[in-house]
Amino acid sequence: MTENLNVFAVRTLTQKEYFAPGHRACQGCAEALAVRLVAKALGRNVIIANATGCMEIVSSPFPFTSWRVPWFHVAFENTAAVASGIESALKVLMRKGRIPHKKIVTLAMAGDGGTADIGLQALSGALERGHDFIYICTDNEAYMNTGIQRSSSTPFGASTTTSPAGKVQMGQITWKKNMPAIAAAHNIPYVATACPSYPIDLVQKVKKAADIEGPAYVHILSVCPTGWRSAPELSIKLGRLAVETGVFPLYEVERGQYRLNMDFPKLKPIKDYVKLQGRFRHLTESMIDEIEKRVHQEYEQLKEKAKKGV
Amino acid sequence: MTKPESEWTWKELPVGNVILEPGNASQYRTGDWKTLKPVLNKELCIHCGLCYIFCPDMAYSLSAEGYFIADLYYCKGCGICAKECPTGAISMVLEEEEK
Amino acid sequence: MGKRVGMEVSIAAAEAVKQANVDVISAYPITPQTHIVEHLSELVANGEFDAEFFCVESEHSALSVCVGAAATGARTFTCTSSQGLALMSEITYIASGLRLPILMIISNRTLSAPLSIWNDHSDAMSIRDCGWIQFFVENGQEVYDHVFVGYRLGEDRNVLFPVIINMDGFILSHVIEPFELIEQEKIDQFLPPYQPVHRLHPDRPVTMGAFALPSIFTETKKAQEEAIRSSIPKILETWKAFGDMTGRYYHPIETYKAEDADTLLVTMGSCGETASVAVDKMREEGKSVGLVKIRLWRPFPFEAFKEATLHSKQLVVIDRAISVGACGPVAAELKAALYGEAQRPSVYNFVAGISGRDVTPSDFIKMVDKAEIEIEKGNKEGYEIYGVRG
Repeated sequence: MTENLNVFAVRTLTQKEYFAPGHRACQGCAEALAVRLVAKALGRNVIIANATGCMEIVSSPFPFTSWRVPWFHVAFENTAAVASGIESALKVLMRKGRIPHKKIVTLAMAGDGGTADIGLQALSGALERGHDFIYICTDNEAYMNTGIQRSSSTPFGASTTTSPAGKVQMGQITWKKNMPAIAAAHNIPYVATACPSYPIDLVQKVKKAADIEGPAYVHILSVCPTGWRSAPELSIKLGRLAVETGVFPLYEVERGQYRLNMDFPKLKPIKDYVKLQGRFRHLTESMIDEIEKRVHQEYEQLKEKAKKGV
Repeated sequence: MTKPESEWTWKELPVGNVILEPGNASQYRTGDWKTLKPVLNKELCIHCGLCYIFCPDMAYSLSAEGYFIADLYYCKGCGICAKECPTGAISMVLEEEEK
Repeated sequence: MGKRVGMEVSIAAAEAVKQANVDVISAYPITPQTHIVEHLSELVANGEFDAEFFCVESEHSALSVCVGAAATGARTFTCTSSQGLALMSEITYIASGLRLPILMIISNRTLSAPLSIWNDHSDAMSIRDCGWIQFFVENGQEVYDHVFVGYRLGEDRNVLFPVIINMDGFILSHVIEPFELIEQEKIDQFLPPYQPVHRLHPDRPVTMGAFALPSIFTETKKAQEEAIRSSIPKILETWKAFGDMTGRYYHPIETYKAEDADTLLVTMGSCGETASVAVDKMREEGKSVGLVKIRLWRPFPFEAFKEATLHSKQLVVIDRAISVGACGPVAAELKAALYGEAQRPSVYNFVAGISGRDVTPSDFIKMVDKAEIEIEKGNKEGYEIYGVRG
């Protein structure tokens, strides 16, 4: 079901919660919200492999679990491999008649660390082998669970504990790694970016990913008030601003065809986005200009790709 | 009721330390974390459901009357609902300490 | 009586995996395990074996795939050696902690550096503590047999541990040996399909791999330790059932002319067969020498080991790995096992056969002689690397 819902018809979503309250995420954690929405999108016929990270820790302190669906945590860097195992076991057990045939979605979920850094190898292997699964990266742009250390997904200029804003180096000195592009380069049938500030869009994309045969990759921006040093009540607004400034455009790549989901006549200034986050507090005018220039450049390149349909 | 981990003996552990009760985290009162709590002004509410959909703690549910009401047992007082409410129907107020 | 054929041990191992109706196989090639993986690929590609088989992008992922598949209720297999085992070592501990019955054949090979593809036990020793049931086998038939033993044992509802079969790389993996293959009907009876206690499935949603606070972790470790120790009766039972089916009975400690011996050679793995030739030679010369072979390495069979060795005066323990800076690991463990006994043999430790260097019957004789001389001098618990030049 991929109707273009222009209205915020929140009530079209299921009221069931497959991710239970009582989890230990911080106040205002948009990653928890992202996970909640993903769980709503997929319903009960799913098996989740989860990497070590914020969501794993807050949802599974023995003997308590927030999961109302089958869920498995193994290690940090192998989520895609574990999911490959789950997917192939389901395939062969159904083929051999040992479990009844039923559509069960295999989902791998990991943070930016477990995806773009330590988990990249396993992800690349699973995408190349073409397993029928969804890989979701919930990206809060640093290794948040271990104390806000930088990852390759940390945006340029952001201050983290291992890329602090100091006298000589002012925050992250490299540009954010483009994970959706890396996933798309594996020629998988579906890649998408999403943000919980646009809940219907997120749910639609995850449902689409579930219906696709073969690997699907969804990259979800997850605002983290603790790590980004922003007010907890702004988590939705910040996600929206990330999209509206072009920092995190919402797009899909379906069988190599790019499609921009939300375009704006004029992108909002980067300043509006960074001024609400303590991790960017130290940015100079020139750094902000540099960032804005690059963001706009990449946005134009994305629009080109979408226009060409390539 | 699942008892806290500090009360389990080794013999009671399921094999592989599997957790058999789905969603039993809902026994944990995260509502103790908050300092501010959401208060709804029903007259301004347009029943859009944004407070419900944006809550990271699934605290909101639909009442019989048709309003979305926050369960203070879980609500961590993050203020997202108040911030996102399009009519300003929700305000965050200091929680009175229970005597 | 099954069919008797000559085949390469790796091929026989792959055939055993096929006969065991394994569901998911995931591996990464590394010398000297490659022939197992290659033959399995062939069987699947020819439609002779219905399994999900894939070569993953690293050993770490290979074992992770097996963990995911086993948790979903599939019978899984992987194999590796040396560096591959070191790479997946993180997951070995996890597989045991999660109590998932996976079978792994390790084609033992030395750990770098320097790089070497040849055989010793340093890879097996590096994961001693990981919590798997670990066997050392002596010859090809034992590799083949233990695939079935391993699955039946690991999947037993009262065991539920992953199982390792250590076979010496090249020395076993790449040689042609005689095999008595078991008829498929017998195997199907011996090895019913895997019925997990818990599995990942939406009909009964469970959470696996939760994290544990300090207040509970000790209890989880106690539970794991108790479970693996109390699996020894099941191991013996499984071996007995296997023996009843094939006539080949296995024991945690195998002995050869040991009952009345003053000196006992102690070995693990294929060099045991070579040592038995040396024992025969030494017996001819009137020496009171016997051989003790450790087949069950984890859980360690303390009672069986003591029973086999306490009567003797000295043990000459052959280690095929070094715990660098400390000791030969097997000798150290055997000394610890005997420490509490009022009457116990002394333990002389040789490290021999490192990285494929041949250990012949005459080498064993020389080691026993050397140990004798040293013990006479008063150096009862010596430790040395045998055969090093310079």
